[in-house]
Amino acid sequence: MKAVITVIGKDAVGILAKVSDACAKASVNIVEVTQSVLQDMFAMIMLVEIDKSTVGFDELRENLNAVGDSTNTKIHIMHEDIFNSMHRI
Amino acid sequence: MLETKDILETINMIDNENLDVRTITMGISLLDCIDEDIDKACVKVYDKICRSAKELVKTGEDIEREYGIPIIHKRISVTPIGMVAAPCQSRNVVKFARALDKAAKELGVNFIGGYSALVQKGFASGDYALIESIPQALAETDFVCSSVNIGSTKAGINMDAVKMMGRIVKQSAELTADKNCIGAAKLVVFCNAPEDNPFMAGAFHGVGEADTVINVGVSGPGVVRAALAKNGGGKDITEIADLVKRTAFKITRMGQLVAREASKRLCVPFGIVDLSLAPTPAVGDSVAYILEEMGLETCGCHGTTAALALLNDAVKKGGVMASSHVGGLSGAFIPVSEDAGMIAAAESGRLDITKLESMTAVCSVGLDMIVVPGDITPETISAIIADEAAIGMVNTKTTAVRLIPAIGKKAGERLEFGGLLGAGPVMPVREGSPEVFINRGGRIPAPLQALKN
Repeated sequence: MKAVITVIGKDAVGILAKVSDACAKASVNIVEVTQSVLQDMFAMIMLVEIDKSTVGFDELRENLNAVGDSTNTKIHIMHEDIFNSMHRI
Repeated sequence: MLETKDILETINMIDNENLDVRTITMGISLLDCIDEDIDKACVKVYDKICRSAKELVKTGEDIEREYGIPIIHKRISVTPIGMVAAPCQSRNVVKFARALDKAAKELGVNFIGGYSALVQKGFASGDYALIESIPQALAETDFVCSSVNIGSTKAGINMDAVKMMGRIVKQSAELTADKNCIGAAKLVVFCNAPEDNPFMAGAFHGVGEADTVINVGVSGPGVVRAALAKNGGGKDITEIADLVKRTAFKITRMGQLVAREASKRLCVPFGIVDLSLAPTPAVGDSVAYILEEMGLETCGCHGTTAALALLNDAVKKGGVMASSHVGGLSGAFIPVSEDAGMIAAAESGRLDITKLESMTAVCSVGLDMIVVPGDITPETISAIIADEAAIGMVNTKTTAVRLIPAIGKKAGERLEFGGLLGAGPVMPVREGSPEVFINRGGRIPAPLQALKN
């Protein structure tokens, strides 16, 4: 299944690296990344493949939350279907 | 690839605008648990509920985590106990309430609905005993919810039941006077009760339903309000209705996804999505604030009924396309004590019970979570029920009454429930006694609207 990781917060050095690192450690493949910085606010969205993840969904989320805490950003990971069903007819 | 702005919109709705799925409710038929021996029947009821809903809470939590959508409640509704209790020799029907409560605690659900009777046309065997036992059942249990349907467009209004329910509501409050009269908050009196409603306290599993079924109630007043605040400035009413529709569509799609997923994982058929805007006491998650966002100085002023009618209709139009099966109550709820904006309007005296009554003619439920003075007479409660049922009967819609007589308190004081039930000011009721009218008993004949064949 594919999941969407969103990272929102104040821009700083190394956010992308730290999130990618957490994904790589769990064998989570990053399919696509978009990123925008708007007046200091950083918003990154990653589409990831989690079928081969070596950790469970909960653990992955906790790891990402820890990255969020250390970079002062808010990180969510959610099943992509939630966005598909809400925004596509 | 999904668009960034869409993704951020969803995240913002969840993080800042209280978007959630309000409830996943599993409906369970207890018709196969009927037994002449009440103790045997109770064991069967407990076993069937525990067996059917074993995975309900866990599945709900799993979906919540994976999809990142808060699912606030996992609940159960069952066949009206009045029917299950019908053949029992024993009149001690409260045993069923204890069995339901025990099952709810075992499973970790926070409400179980269906301690109910359907008496819109008359009382069947078991219904009298059940209704008489409601105050005790609600006082002795924590999670059991009760409802009684006393009227319908097809059957008219059973005024004997209306008379009885005035007393039962009052007794339910009296027996729980030391617990903020919570008993009455778990009791709903319906006209045209829906059989697939997932929302408490009025949920029960209708007899025409499948053995088990998953119904989902969505929510999201905060999201609608935020959409109006962000994009509603300077727009005319047509555009406002369109904005509400589009927002309701998105909210309902999420509910549909959760319902489908829960149904798949639990191997239980999907019943309906209930498209309701259900407020919570959390600031911002209020139906009253939506009405105020449309341009009313305060909820309750003239114009409130029109604004609510527009909101209720737009929610349905947006939601109905987003879900394969829509049912339950589907519309805007106006429970006073659970809505920060309604509480404020009632406390300032600008929203009174008569305005609320007219609002119920155009929204999805009725006089909901209204705290009334403790010295209210049972006949006055009955008369309020009759008025509300008449609105439902004539307009072919569901109406309900959930009044909480605040024992020992007078108009202007406050009753606190805490949690999702919130807190409410004691609201005055109209003067004059309806005693003779209520004591006549009998039935109000079904209106011409019933003769559609």
